[in-house]
Amino acid sequence: MGNPTDDPWWFSTTDHKKIGIRYLYTAFAFLLLGGIEALILRVQLAQPNARLLSPEAYNQLFTMHGISMIFLYAQPILSGFSNYLWPLLLGSRDMAFPRLNALSYWVFLAAGLFIYSSFLVGAAPNDGWFNYVPYANREYNPGPNIDFLALGMILLGISTTVGGINFVVTTFKMRAPGMSINRMPILIWGTLTASVANIFVIPVVSLAFFLLWLDRQFGTDFFRVEAGGQPLLWQHLFWIFGHPWVYAIILPAMGMVSDALPVLCRRPLVGYTFVALATVATMAIGFGVWTHHMFVTGLPGISLSFFSGASIVIAIPSAVSVFAWIATIWTGRPVLNTAFLFFASFIVLFVIGGVSGFMTASVPVDWQLHDTYFVVAHIHYVLIGINVFPVIGAFYHWLPKMSGRLMSETLGLWNFWLMFIGMNLAFLPMHLTGLWGMPRRVYTYGESFGWNTLNMITTIGAFVFAAGVLVFLVNVFLTLRSGRRAGANPWAAGSLEWATTSPPPPYNFAVIPTVRSRYPLWEHQLRDTPHRSEPYRGLELAKGHEALKSSTLDAEPQAILPMPHASLDPVLLTLGLAVLFVALLVHGWWVALGSGLFILGVVIHWIWPRAEFGSREPPEEEAAHG
Amino acid sequence: MNGEAPPRPLDYLTAQGTHALEVLPLTWGVLIISLLVTAIISVLVVSGILLRRVPSGGPIPPVARTGSGMRWIYIGVGLSTIVLFGTAVWTMRVLAAVISPPAEPAFTVTVDGRQWWWRIRYHETRDTPEFITANEIRIPVGVPVRIRLTSTDVIHSFWVPALSGKTDLIPGRINETWIEATAPGVYRGQCMEYCGWQHARMGFVVVAMEGAAFDAWRASQVLPASEPQNAAIAEGKRIVMTHCCACHTIRGTEAGGSAGPDLTHVASRLTIAAGTFVTDRTTLEYWIRHPQRAKPGNRMVDPDLDLEATRLPAAYILKLR
Ligand code: HEC
Ligand SMILES: [Cu+2]
Repeated sequence: MGNPTDDPWWFSTTDHKKIGIRYLYTAFAFLLLGGIEALILRVQLAQPNARLLSPEAYNQLFTMHGISMIFLYAQPILSGFSNYLWPLLLGSRDMAFPRLNALSYWVFLAAGLFIYSSFLVGAAPNDGWFNYVPYANREYNPGPNIDFLALGMILLGISTTVGGINFVVTTFKMRAPGMSINRMPILIWGTLTASVANIFVIPVVSLAFFLLWLDRQFGTDFFRVEAGGQPLLWQHLFWIFGHPWVYAIILPAMGMVSDALPVLCRRPLVGYTFVALATVATMAIGFGVWTHHMFVTGLPGISLSFFSGASIVIAIPSAVSVFAWIATIWTGRPVLNTAFLFFASFIVLFVIGGVSGFMTASVPVDWQLHDTYFVVAHIHYVLIGINVFPVIGAFYHWLPKMSGRLMSETLGLWNFWLMFIGMNLAFLPMHLTGLWGMPRRVYTYGESFGWNTLNMITTIGAFVFAAGVLVFLVNVFLTLRSGRRAGANPWAAGSLEWATTSPPPPYNFAVIPTVRSRYPLWEHQLRDTPHRSEPYRGLELAKGHEALKSSTLDAEPQAILPMPHASLDPVLLTLGLAVLFVALLVHGWWVALGSGLFILGVVIHWIWPRAEFGSREPPEEEAAHG
Repeated sequence: MNGEAPPRPLDYLTAQGTHALEVLPLTWGVLIISLLVTAIISVLVVSGILLRRVPSGGPIPPVARTGSGMRWIYIGVGLSTIVLFGTAVWTMRVLAAVISPPAEPAFTVTVDGRQWWWRIRYHETRDTPEFITANEIRIPVGVPVRIRLTSTDVIHSFWVPALSGKTDLIPGRINETWIEATAPGVYRGQCMEYCGWQHARMGFVVVAMEGAAFDAWRASQVLPASEPQNAAIAEGKRIVMTHCCACHTIRGTEAGGSAGPDLTHVASRLTIAAGTFVTDRTTLEYWIRHPQRAKPGNRMVDPDLDLEATRLPAAYILKLR
């Protein structure tokens, strides 16, 4: 008999590993698209007064670059890793809601394609990734450009929200017996924090985009100044979402480093509790700093002071993580492989992105820095430094688990140095471009501003960086085709995902492991826990048909849940949503109605109670000593 | 009067205005802190790796809990916190110092942002009536001037880095800031909030002058446009009145449009098309013939005039001093 999450059709899988890998492929594809857009922009900006792009072409490309990287790459790639790794890290069979997981992926794909399809009609979004009104209003932007974005973002919001709910429930209910919350890997903390934040803030931005769409299509007046609407309302709604989102796309990446760096330093993470708390604290404070994106909008002095203070204080939890990583290196024995280079250099890039953020947090200074290339440099140190570098490092670290094959270290070195040099060549001088006053989002600039050389250097750096990404792709391709066999635990790591084979079987673990410490596979070397974890012995649930539900804090077994079988519902629901959103875009109201009914039907089929979904009690003796 | 153009007109690591000078030490302060932190962390990371690394090619060593390492966190975070709080206090002090001008401003100028130029209104004072100009603000040295900011279409942002930080122009709202130049000179300004096609070419200049020169300039701006002195110029004026008056105002003539900048004294301004070109015969002729080539997408349509026919209006416009 096959595995429950086995798919009779390719479309119907609910296996978190397959979904995770699809996330990784898709997000990476958007990274490449966004990268190509960036290179075109950089060619235009390499010299003053260039004429490669018209202003409108430039505006669409820079907008799509931002949207691709921030919405379609940075968060989904982390969802990919989390989807793949979570159940393995937690010693679980799958996510709490495997079908929701599939839905989350398909809707993400649909949203990405929806937004990108705007290129087909030559009307890609053109108002930057934060899409300020009134420029996004119909009066100033009559084409369908902004409608693609507004509807696409609502669609993407559905994906992120259901994904977030799944992560939260999985953390609290699907951990292996004994994995109390103080034993969870930091990646879990990062993604959990990000998911909780997303559940709160995605509705805000979805609402904002919905109101904008109403303004544009039906003449409502939420943002239309002529009718008493408020442009600043948009900015508040957007940044209440936007700032936590920035943390949502870095905290899981920081989590991956906090988990993998200690493996390569041959010791447990220094200050686990502090790092976990810092993760949560960052997000908590992160909810109170959104107006630092609005320091120049004429806010009263008192609120400037408050948000300035909060934005400076938020650096403290980051300092905790940075010193924990440095301490881990200093008190460990670093093994210098490619993954390690990415993680270690990430610490420096993180700090550069951090201190430039600290500079912008100081209001009077920000009045100068704001909207200059200094901020562009800052955001790229944050996004490339704190997201892309950990992600590439994570591929070197975990692709062996996913594929069963090791990546080439020789190509890895090329990959690392090209990316590291390219990154710093492109973006370190860019701080100076900003300090010398170059505005962001300009399609060209005059030759007498003193920015010519700096821009040329940045463009060269961008291409060097792109070469590094190319080497990475080659390396992945060769690894998947003919890489050396990795074995179950090539890095002699300590967490549960390394207890199972590489690649793991569809059911992840033959038995449900029992956990007694943070590093179950290191206990025999660390020898500092009274009880030993049992990674290879435990509950044997009906050949992967079932998963264990455990208690929220201490992970005591509570019930045994049957796993849903592969299902076509997620992909059908996504199809329905896609048709609905296209219909809304082109005002096909009857089609919209039809697809709405179709969606309703699929949802009913999805949630229809079925006997096979009943849970049962865990066996006596296991529950007793759990 | 404008002397040598500065090598980097929008650089804000130097300053010539009271507001900007007040902020400059803080800018340098946080910049230096940032550089130091980056240097220290880089050294710590690199030296840690070099000192502690496992010799390459060797076997992966077993794991061990060597030292708690917690002291790193206590000391590192402790020091960071002190620096952060220090910066917060410094920030609040600078903020308090610049949030309002040091003295009651001499007069008020309202800047109204348009895609992609600036309409500028000098409010009336005890001895001068109000008047309207565009893309250039002249101020007397050594006195604060109040700037009121609003917009007719989308959001723009007002920035003269040498004089002060930026403030947004938001439709339906009036923001206020102030500028004061400490030395005569031409200070470049720029729109800093993305506002569409020609956001890149939405600049302006602030000209700071000695008091007497400023008074003379202001007196001249209030006057209506000068009358043509010869037949060719008069022909130029006739063309302007037929082709351009729908969008431009020239006080003292029938041209009363408001979609474009007031041209009454346009030739007295240092630049045209919102800081894009120096005002001279060549640029004016180019601008009048091909505004869409000169600044693609801007709201001035290409007029239907041949080469010869653009010379005449340009000649007339050059007389509008
Ligand atoms: C459709 C309206 C329209 C018409 C007609 C028009 N203009 Fe303009 N003009 C504008 C706008 C708008 C600007 C500002 C462009 C910018 O900088 O973005 C402008 C700018 C200018 C400027 C530069 C002003 C400055 O201070 O920067 C000059 C000079 C000028 N126009 C001359 C003319 C002449 C001469 C004609 C007739 C041949 C003409 N315009 C016809 C709308 C118009
Ligand atoms: Cu602008």
